[in-house]
Amino acid sequence: MSVVSVQHVTKLFARDEGEPTIALKDVNLEIEEKQFICIVGASGCGKTTLLRIIAGLETTTEGAILLDGVPVEGTDTDRGMVFQEYSLFPWKSVIDNIAFSLEMQGIPKAERRQMAEKYLKIIHLEQFRDAYPHELSGGMRQRVAIARALANDPKVLLMDEPFGALDAQTRNVMQRELLEIWAETQKTIIFVTHSVDEAVFLADKIVILSPRPGKIEEVISVDLPRMRDRTAPKFAEFRKHILESMEKSAIIR
Amino acid sequence: MRTDREIYYPARTVENSPMRTTKRNTYRNILIPLASVAAVIIIWQIVAVYVVGNTFKLPSFTEVVAAFMTDMFGSRGTLPEDIAVSLYHFAIGMAASLIIGIPTGICMGWFRDLDIALNPIVEIIRPIPPLAWIPFAIIWFGLTHAAAGFIIFIGAVFPIIINTYTGFRNVPKVFIEAGKVLGCTKNTSLIRKIGFPSAIPEITAGIRVSMGIGWMCLVGAEIFGAGTGKYGLGKNLWTYYNLHQMDSVVVYMLVLGVIGIIIDILFRHYVNKQTVRWQNNME
Repeated sequence: MSVVSVQHVTKLFARDEGEPTIALKDVNLEIEEKQFICIVGASGCGKTTLLRIIAGLETTTEGAILLDGVPVEGTDTDRGMVFQEYSLFPWKSVIDNIAFSLEMQGIPKAERRQMAEKYLKIIHLEQFRDAYPHELSGGMRQRVAIARALANDPKVLLMDEPFGALDAQTRNVMQRELLEIWAETQKTIIFVTHSVDEAVFLADKIVILSPRPGKIEEVISVDLPRMRDRTAPKFAEFRKHILESMEKSAIIR
Repeated sequence: MRTDREIYYPARTVENSPMRTTKRNTYRNILIPLASVAAVIIIWQIVAVYVVGNTFKLPSFTEVVAAFMTDMFGSRGTLPEDIAVSLYHFAIGMAASLIIGIPTGICMGWFRDLDIALNPIVEIIRPIPPLAWIPFAIIWFGLTHAAAGFIIFIGAVFPIIINTYTGFRNVPKVFIEAGKVLGCTKNTSLIRKIGFPSAIPEITAGIRVSMGIGWMCLVGAEIFGAGTGKYGLGKNLWTYYNLHQMDSVVVYMLVLGVIGIIIDILFRHYVNKQTVRWQNNME
């Protein structure tokens, strides 16, 4: 059974004058447990909107999101989210940022710090336990943000271009680490990116969204073994195919 | 706003960077200021004694020191009582403005409708100079400490409201959304766990400004008769003026200034200790 089911989701954004913008039109998507899904598409194709709807930060105009067969309403702790912007709370240390969701559950301080320790270890930042976010590099901050989302033990981890603000070198390192974290925690991950290279490197399945109105152009299964070699001919084939598919959808409109 | 915050939480500058030697620091930060203060005192003394030559128009430094000793330690001096009573007035006013200002600012910053409802009221009352409230302060509270406290409250509450409001308005959206996906969904928990800590820099800057204004209002309130009419720095500054003891007037002026600085330094020290760890290098 699919863990996340996107059913006939349509999203309209009202405008001051004229017709409302159609961000998403009749999007259907089934996501299996423990899969790594990447959603790619040109900017403005509604990929972030779709992710925010799954998170419960936006509502649908029509359609529904089912999580284990149950419709979701608003945000809840069963869906973790990592944002593109740096979202760590600057007034909390690394360990207390990670433990924030546990704090919200009412777990006492000593105990929740103990529990957060496990996730600190997963992201290899034990020596930064008591540092504050402003003392960390961009890559470290996003690692802490991943740990903070995981500490809730969500069913699905939603990631909205989390490495978009990082330099190319750091980005590659983070992608490898994310795959390790994914293998270790066995989470279902939905990852939005505009980088085709990133999608082919990470995903089991790539969902290509076409813009205006946003709808699914194609779903591609990437059956390459991990860790993938970016320079391999097979890798280049996937990249070429996806780029062509994106281009085609852009030309028609 | 921004400049205020920078003054408030000073970033590393050449002066306090570890690159400088301690010796040079001592020289620049202690000796030069001491020398300039000493120079002003000497010029003051010379001008008062040899140029003006009239204690009533300009008491000399030595006369002021003598007056300070009498007012502070003499049998008829009331300086200690005046300090205590003025600080009491100040405490009443500041406590009231914190208790009322912070929640009002939070409500206006967080709830759109309350902002629209309360904003015109705040904007109409705010420009009225605090001292214009003295007649009503006396009628409503009588000749009590609370009357003086009320004037300080009027002066201090608006910077607190406006800075708290601004702080809550400027909470980054991503912090609120991150809070929501992490299980912080109720308005009360979002205000307490996300909004308030995020707004602390603005709120503390507002408190600092309001303490400065409150201390100024104190003098006016006491001179114009708000208070019990016996003690108070402003009150007895005016008494000494009426007695034409201008050396004591200078004593009271200086004491008011020094206490104002001490309050500011203590507050800054306390706030820095609490928040500087995450504040200092924030981008």
